[in-house]
Amino acid sequence: MSPNETRARQAGVRRTVWRSVAALAGMFAFAFALVPLYDAFCRLTGINGKVDTTAQAIVSEEVDESRTVTVQFITRNGAGLPWHMQAETRQVRLHPGQTSEVNFTFRNQSDGESWGRAVPSVSPSNATRHVRKTSCFCFEEQQLQAGERIELPLVFQLARDLPPEVHTVTLVYTLYPVEGKRQPQQAVVQTKQGEEA
Amino acid sequence: MAPKVPPQPTLEQSSTAAEAGHGHAHHAPPKGILRWLLTTNHKEIGTLYLIFSLTMFFIGGIFALVVRLELFQPGLQFVRPEFFNQMTTMHGLIMVFAAVMPAFTGLANWMIPLQIGAPDMALPRLNNFSFWLLPVAFGLLLSTLLMPGGGPNFGWTFYAPLSTTFAPPSTTFFILSLHIAGISSILGAINIIATILNMRAPGMRLMDMPLFVWTWLITAFLLIAVMPVLAGVITMMLMDINFGTSFFNAAGGGDPVLFQHLFWFFGHPEVYIMILPAFGIVSAIIPTFSRKRLFGYASMVYAVAAIAVLSFLVWGHHMFAVGMPLVGQLFFMYATMLIAVPTGVKVFNWVATMFRGSISFEPPMLFALAFVVQFTIGGFSGLMLAIAPADFQYHDTYFVVAHFHYVLVPGAIFAILAGAYYWLPKWTGHYPNERLSQWHFWLSVIGVNLTFFPMHFSGLAGMPRRIPDYALQFADFNLASSLGAFIFGFSQLLFVAVIVLCVRGGKKAPAQAWGEYATDLEWSVPSPAPLHTFETPPTFERPAH
Amino acid sequence: MRTLLVWLAGGLTLVGSSQVALANGWNMPVGVSSLSGEIYGLHMTIFWICVVIGVVVFGVMFYSLFKFRHSRGAKAANFHENTTVEVMWTIVPLLILVGMAVPATATLQKIYDPSEAELDVMVTGQQWRWRYEYLGEDVSFNSNLATPRAQINGEEERGEHYLLEVDEPLVLPVNRKVRFLFTSDDVMHAWWVPELAVKQDAIPGFVNENWVEIEEPGIYRGQCAELCGVDHGFMPVVVQAVEEEEFDEWLAERKEAAAEEAMGVDREWERDELMERGEGIYGSICASCHQPEGEGSPPAFPALAGNEQLISDEDWHITTVMNGVSGTAMPSFRDTLNPVELASVLTYTRNAWGNDTGDVVQPADIAERLEE
Repeated sequence: MSPNETRARQAGVRRTVWRSVAALAGMFAFAFALVPLYDAFCRLTGINGKVDTTAQAIVSEEVDESRTVTVQFITRNGAGLPWHMQAETRQVRLHPGQTSEVNFTFRNQSDGESWGRAVPSVSPSNATRHVRKTSCFCFEEQQLQAGERIELPLVFQLARDLPPEVHTVTLVYTLYPVEGKRQPQQAVVQTKQGEEA
Repeated sequence: MAPKVPPQPTLEQSSTAAEAGHGHAHHAPPKGILRWLLTTNHKEIGTLYLIFSLTMFFIGGIFALVVRLELFQPGLQFVRPEFFNQMTTMHGLIMVFAAVMPAFTGLANWMIPLQIGAPDMALPRLNNFSFWLLPVAFGLLLSTLLMPGGGPNFGWTFYAPLSTTFAPPSTTFFILSLHIAGISSILGAINIIATILNMRAPGMRLMDMPLFVWTWLITAFLLIAVMPVLAGVITMMLMDINFGTSFFNAAGGGDPVLFQHLFWFFGHPEVYIMILPAFGIVSAIIPTFSRKRLFGYASMVYAVAAIAVLSFLVWGHHMFAVGMPLVGQLFFMYATMLIAVPTGVKVFNWVATMFRGSISFEPPMLFALAFVVQFTIGGFSGLMLAIAPADFQYHDTYFVVAHFHYVLVPGAIFAILAGAYYWLPKWTGHYPNERLSQWHFWLSVIGVNLTFFPMHFSGLAGMPRRIPDYALQFADFNLASSLGAFIFGFSQLLFVAVIVLCVRGGKKAPAQAWGEYATDLEWSVPSPAPLHTFETPPTFERPAH
Repeated sequence: MRTLLVWLAGGLTLVGSSQVALANGWNMPVGVSSLSGEIYGLHMTIFWICVVIGVVVFGVMFYSLFKFRHSRGAKAANFHENTTVEVMWTIVPLLILVGMAVPATATLQKIYDPSEAELDVMVTGQQWRWRYEYLGEDVSFNSNLATPRAQINGEEERGEHYLLEVDEPLVLPVNRKVRFLFTSDDVMHAWWVPELAVKQDAIPGFVNENWVEIEEPGIYRGQCAELCGVDHGFMPVVVQAVEEEEFDEWLAERKEAAAEEAMGVDREWERDELMERGEGIYGSICASCHQPEGEGSPPAFPALAGNEQLISDEDWHITTVMNGVSGTAMPSFRDTLNPVELASVLTYTRNAWGNDTGDVVQPADIAERLEE
């Protein structure tokens, strides 16, 4: 092979390597970009019953009195939080377009303050996009003092374009302790110490 | 002290040597272990990869036999469920990342430069580095078995949060070892792409390349596309475990299902990474022993490319039971079914190659034929699994275990064995022992089918995968599977015997060891292939139409 | 020749065994739900299409292997491409696939039928049991593996329903549409009963739904289908389908029993009473992690026997059992065990295996903590 050909080969190899490295870096970044993309995609399609965790405006639209939909409320306790959470009612029946308010009670049953968060999930997934919440305790973390009891509202509306085949919508809230904010009884259990008191 | 780094047969040097018209410009390689530690020769590195892969194949095989031993009868007899889960996990991880993938990389190292008429890989020193990462990675992975709390026990798919919040303390080491193995694969892939795109013999166009080279080129692109995604996923796991993030933890606003989407975005192309080079090997062997050119070369290339592209669109079929909107299920079902078309084209082309050929049954051909039949059986069960409504019944049962073992064991591994038998004369200069090879083949075929065929039935009858103990109605199937597994496992010792005998002696092989119908460039160099080949690029001659 | 005969024998064995597959216990069950038969039919249709394709492809292949053997003096032909044939065998499979996709799509649409259900059951996976809640009925219970460990370890003869039996099955009415909501307290699980053709993942923090309409009364058994840790293989599902009236009676009885249990909270309980009850609950709920003798299996599952913190700090013990520990397999039991059950298991663990604290935790104390 002539020196020219050899040089051309080496330049080719170098070009291939740099392109591969660029592709690699791109794909690695893409993997992380998938996290927010997936989230957005889920909210759009209702995969996993994910819902917006920010307040939406109530749209004033005509109430569709020809349909009645059952909305169920389920509260669950995740491990590690000494709270009790309860919806004031198990279910409501309402028309699409109608706004409804339901109160949820949170009680801290321990003798220390603690932080918790209710993670929402909606079923069936094709209803997810049509549940509009203007006010929900699930938008932010809650802090409760020892023995404190608070009542927080959930204000929501089912959009009129809720798919016609949906008769029951289930809203599930699972209560989890907020990581990094110290839970009183955990401080004893775990050797890992939280930073804040 | 002697010079630490031996002279590297880099592109420049070898071509200068070639120009001078001498092969003896190379200094004598260092002796002993140092030679193997520092070698940059593609043949020696190929050999290292193959030996490493064979060793890991036996280690992963022992783990599989522990699993089969426990499942021989109902009840817990030999191991506790804790250890059982570690064995299933390690078996999967070792076989995928340390046996099958390095075996193909080893074959690529040995054969791609020979098949395209290149003197070596494009980046020989990088080649050495990517090999030596592997023993480090898997030494680390195996050592987790001895750590407190044991090794990884969450399945080779390591679904969060079982592999994060609920994982044993050794998981950080598991992540580290997978990172190292991933870097090794990525570096290997870059090297292969650079070699294929830039080092071909003058006159060889892409559409002149042997199919093994083609399939590896596409495989390398798949590796570059998905290994970084795997790296991303395990980095997220690492952060969830050690730095308090919540990518996959619902309690912190994350989502465990995201893990599965990311994993299978990597995982499904990964499956094709383990099968495409197998297609290449079989496409070389069948024409040779049918004494007839491969039927439909161009459509073979397009089929492989189509499979590779589709592999990015079908990950959701691993997640039908996770809960997806109807449109999602339909999309993944249709896309998955579509893969049957290019795969079918490949099988039809192989059969058409045999049709009106002049067929003989040497050991490489036996393994290749068994590959075609058994891979197709795995393909059929794959088609059944693609049907989403039926998949609710198959998902996570032994039917799935049967399916992917049919494509990977009598599929990928038989193709690797076929390739080894095919190229052993080129590597060692001797033919493999005919009698022992025949025994190896027939015992493997019987063992493998006795192991995996009954799994279709136990799965359909309702046996979930990854359980250490099972209900009584599955006892007969499991008995058969365990017997088969031991037959298959122990018959692989014959393969070791064949290799050892072949290295030490046997019937001498000429350059064109399998006759005039094996026309790829590797058959133009002497057997055994000398350490340095094609220092003067060969002239490539296109077969006449 | 010998080679060929063996190949043929092998092929015949494969075909033969797929024939046998149609016999009972070798194949997917036809099932008893409104959709399971259809899913079975789809499975068999696809299976037979595969068999036909297989016979044709392997037929040509084995014919070639037999007819065009080098040893019989076969001379190789020269062809190596044929556009017509290649286009044909791309398009024909595509058409076959469309033929498969049509019924598959129809069945899938039926599975996604969203019509209103008559009964809602929440199914929660927990390492390693299932919990069932009849929504709006105040009836809920845990369903644990009932097979004794002695059978698993081979010390006793294994029963007919080895590993597929539970202490309390999920009771469902026939001919009513039942909607399931699935979720999990810890890792992913999957609820599966082959005869009902329902398999759905239970995902921590999220809900999934599915439904079933059972057509025949009977007992149907399944298992957890997603690797969920050490006792993944010991997490069966048992569904008992009963006639509608029988179901209504059963539900009323369960409600009454729950109310009665609630009444018992206020009275003073004897230590022995609590210990006896606690031993049973410990065996079904706690022993899978903390082991039957309380020895645990560190580091994942701490020992309870001789546990200094447990012995010295009753309050810590009670709150840990009630609230669970975040990021570990220890769930919160405040909603899944009633005050009597909590008090019993606490009393038991405070006194068993030489812990001997002598403490008696009264259900009323627990109830008070829950009321606070």
